[in-house]
Formats: sequence, structure tokens, C-alpha cells
Amino acid sequence: MVPIPGKTIAEKIFSAHSGTDAYAGDIVVADVDFVMGQDGTTPLAIRALESMGVEKVFDPAKVAVVMDHSSPSPIEGVSALHTIMREFGKRTGATVYDVGCGVCHQLIPEAGHVVPGDLMVGCDSHTCTYGAVNVFSTGVGSTDGAAAMASGKLWFKVPDTMKVTYTGELQPGVFSKDLILALAGRIGADGATYMALEFHGPVIDELSVDARMTISNMAIEVGAKAGLMKADEKTLAWYEGRGDRAPVPVDPDADAVYAQEIVLDASAIGPQVAKPHAVDNVSPIEEVAGTPIAQGFIGTCTNGRLEDLKIAANILRGRKVHPDVRLIVAPASKQILLDAMEAGYIRDLVEAGAALVTPGCGPCVGTHNGVPSDGENVISTANRNFKGRMGNSNAFIYLGSPATVGASVIEGVITDPRKYFKGGE
Amino acid sequence: MTITAKAFKYGDDINTDYIISGKYKFKSADMEAMAVHAMEDLDPDYYSKVSPEGGFLVAGTNFGMGSSREQAPLVLIHSNTKAVLAKSFARIFYRNAINTGLPVVECDTDLIEDGDELSLDLEAGVLKNLTQDTEIPFAPLPPVMAQLLADGGLAAHFRKYGGFAVK
Ligand code: SF4
Repeated sequence: MVPIPGKTIAEKIFSAHSGTDAYAGDIVVADVDFVMGQDGTTPLAIRALESMGVEKVFDPAKVAVVMDHSSPSPIEGVSALHTIMREFGKRTGATVYDVGCGVCHQLIPEAGHVVPGDLMVGCDSHTCTYGAVNVFSTGVGSTDGAAAMASGKLWFKVPDTMKVTYTGELQPGVFSKDLILALAGRIGADGATYMALEFHGPVIDELSVDARMTISNMAIEVGAKAGLMKADEKTLAWYEGRGDRAPVPVDPDADAVYAQEIVLDASAIGPQVAKPHAVDNVSPIEEVAGTPIAQGFIGTCTNGRLEDLKIAANILRGRKVHPDVRLIVAPASKQILLDAMEAGYIRDLVEAGAALVTPGCGPCVGTHNGVPSDGENVISTANRNFKGRMGNSNAFIYLGSPATVGASVIEGVITDPRKYFKGGE
Repeated sequence: MTITAKAFKYGDDINTDYIISGKYKFKSADMEAMAVHAMEDLDPDYYSKVSPEGGFLVAGTNFGMGSSREQAPLVLIHSNTKAVLAKSFARIFYRNAINTGLPVVECDTDLIEDGDELSLDLEAGVLKNLTQDTEIPFAPLPPVMAQLLADGGLAAHFRKYGGFAVK
């Protein structure tokens, strides 16, 4: 008799949501627990709903639209798109997060719209972020999003899973951003195409939920469909008081079958920087240290959370941003802004010379709030450094941790942050 | 249906910011107007080369990596790109292409040079390089995707059946 193989987190979540015994490679039509769209993608989804002849969403409590990418609106065209989204909310009852609420990928888990064990889709590629809280969440296009909003269902190919284990111990001055950049450097931008990632190991267990989200957020940068982690006590504690559904943590079976397994020794990982114009163009910081920069950016769905602002504030407190550098800070949500104000981080950052912008995507996608000039180098905590990403294809974007950005904006050149962490923090 | 057109060849890892820069996706919801900017950071002449007579966009591995913007396949459709042929595709782009009705073909694009004349019959599964007088094999689409593409994309499929009619 052939033994029944165990399942990965992805296979279990798809089985539970499709009512089938799903394994990698199966195509299933599954129920989704939540659907999200942002201001760059929702207007097209609304148009797709119209062309489908659909007027209602399947469940207004399970649909949200977020104005974060270009918010507050910089031009009339965007204002019109925002109006379309507000009217959609009024018409269907879907939740609308308006200007100033924050980045979609912070708001959706923060509000408890998704809980461990859920399956959700969002019309934004970094929807994979909530894998950090044990949600199979994945980015889809606007038409897929519309189909899910209309029917509460979507077709999926159950993905193979790559198991990534971080052993050893995170060193002082090194953060979860460095862990995921190290993986991108190792496996490349298409290293996990069509696959789900499952992150394991003592290093992940030690990370806060904020820090875990940074890793899952960048799963898409290696081509993955999702970046899943187990729900542990920290996850469940984080969920206390959030949302109205009980988490249903999903662990992989001990005998789950993985398409590939990778082990990275975190003890040997130092600060990492992704160089222009690809996220997998990764170097240890030693190789790029000294590169002059004109702008620093701390924020985004990757590194705009409270812990990130704290890391940067701890470095910048009592110091000054270099006179040739602009530092832009965009907290990932209004709640984070309030918490960071209360903790004093915002004062630290602004006193050091930071320009604070509205919670949201900030200059990440290049529509407003800090488009670099021709030939300028930018050091950013974001997840993408593609040519033209911040709105100018003649600029050069480097990606690093909030500590790397903090240290670099002080010196005006890319700087190894570890000197601020001697002897640990 | 057989489509015959010229190949316009590019490299690996062409991301969605190259296909349509993020700075344009908010400018307008008018895909005709946006299509002029298709691929412009990589090749400013893409639109003027492809739009008059149509063309095949040929690329290497991981075509369409990056964002979920559906504007990417849409601007290609509106620039008169008949299909994208690549060694491999990024997942979201691939889905979006099928959902919006842009044919995508995974094949060995080393067998195609820039400027070659190609003919593609998706239903029959035949791709020919007329310039080199060769046939290029490719795997047929999984049935779900073939049906969505045949229906003209996911929205048209929904309109036709009132919901998901695939299983
Ligand atoms: S912060 Fe940047 S990466 Fe994240 S959702 Fe906004 S634009 Fe996308």
C-alpha cells in the first residue's frame, strides 16, 4: 500500500478551501476569505465587474479597497480613480480605506480581516505579505480580483513548496530584510517561480511578527506565489483583539513533500544590499559601502512598520541626516504613525532631518512624494529597485534594511550599520 | 486561427515596470493612450514598431516578473502585440494575460531571431518560424486556461456563464 504523503501548509489550506484532497499541481476552485484591491488596480477590477455584468460583491464584509499608492491624490486622473473607489464602497458596502489610512498590506492584517489558516487574494503583488501570519495570500490581477469579489471563489494551481530554513543566529545590526535579500541573491528573481515558500528555523521563531512580514513580503521577488510561516504563540498574541474570527493555525505535516529545500546559516549573513536594477543583484554591504546617495527612504509594506521606525530612530536619535541627503519617511499605517509618535520615533526622525509623508506607499512606486532626479542614487527599505521604479528611469535604487538606510543617510554614502550595534543592542 | 506576424525579441527578466512603467498606471485608465508607452524604458520604439502590423513579443526567461498590474498585458494587447512567446513567465503576468485574452506561449525562444516572421495557431498547437523554415514545439495550455482564453478572458467567461464554469 502506498502511504498517503503529508501536506505542506499550502496544500492544507487549499484542501480546506476547495473541499478536495489537494496536492501540488492540482487545479482547484477555492473559496477565498478576503479580497483586497488598491488604487492602482481596483478601478480596473471595478471595470471588470461591470463587464461581467455583476453589481454586488459576494460579501461586503470580505472585500476592502485601499487608497495607498497615490494618496493623497497628486493629479486629477488619480482623484477620479479615487472617486470611483469611494462610490464602489458606497454601492457595494465594501470597506474603503481612504487617503491616510496606510499601505494595504499593513491594513489588512492589522484590522484582522485575515486570520491564520485563511486563503485570500489581493490585487497587488505583495499580497504575499500575510504569509507571515499563516495566511495563504497571493497577488492577482484586477480581473481575477473582480471574479473573486463577485463570486468569493477563484481558480488556483496548488503550488509546489520550497522549504527555506534559517539556522544559526541573527547577528547585531542584521535584520530580517538582510535574510530575505540573502535568499534573493542566492536563488534569483525566478528561483521560486510558481512555488510557495515555507520559512522555518530558529531564526524565524525569534523574529517579531513585524520582522516576519518583511520576509514574506518579498516572497514575490523570487517569483513565489506565497511566503508562508507557521502561526506560533507570537502570531496568536499579535492577533489578540484583532478581527472577529478565530485563527485556525495550519502546520505542515512532518512528512510533507517539498519540491526543494534550502538552508541558510543566519550567523554568516551580514547586512545585504540589492543594487540597481534588480532585487536579486545582491551584495554584502562591504562591496557597496561608500557609494554616495542623494535620498534615503524608510517605509513601504516591506519596512514601514513600528519596529522598522524604531530601528531607524535608534540610529538617528541625536544625529543629523547628511546635508546632501533627503530622508523620506512613510509609516505603513495611521496606527503605526500614532504608535511611533507616542514612542517618540517620529520626533527622533524628524529632528534628525527626515521629511514625514502620509502613511501609504510614499515614493515607493514613483507616482509622488519623492521622485529622485537624474543620476541620483537612492537607498530604500522598499522591496523593488527596478529601473524607473521610483518614477525616474535615470535614477539608481539600492535596497537595504532600515538600519542600513539609517546609517547611510547620516554619512551620505552607503554605510554598514553594524557600527551602531557593537556589543548588541 | 493562425496569426502571422514579425518577432520583436528582448532578453530575460523583463519586469512589469518595463512593460508599463508604474508612473503611467495612474495617469489614465485609457489603455489606448497608455499603450504608446509599452516597453518604452527598454525600447522607446516598441509601440511604433509593433502597432502598425502587429507583432509577437519574444523574450527569454521570467517574462512579466514584478507587479500584479493588469495594465501590463492590456497595454501589450492595445499595442497590437498578438502574443508573448517566452522561455518562462512570471506567475501573475501569466494569469493576467490569460484573463485579459492575451495569448502566452512557453517555448524555446532561442529558435527565434529578432525580425523573424512567425505564424501561430494556438488551437492546433503549431508555431512556425517562417523565416528559418522551422517548427517550434510548445506545450498546450492546461484546459482551464485554454477555455478562458477561448472565451475571450475571464470577464467574458463570467458574462457567458454567470460565474466559474471551469472545474
Ligand atoms: S509600499 Fe510599494 S511595494 Fe508596497 S504596496 Fe505600496 S507600492 Fe507596492
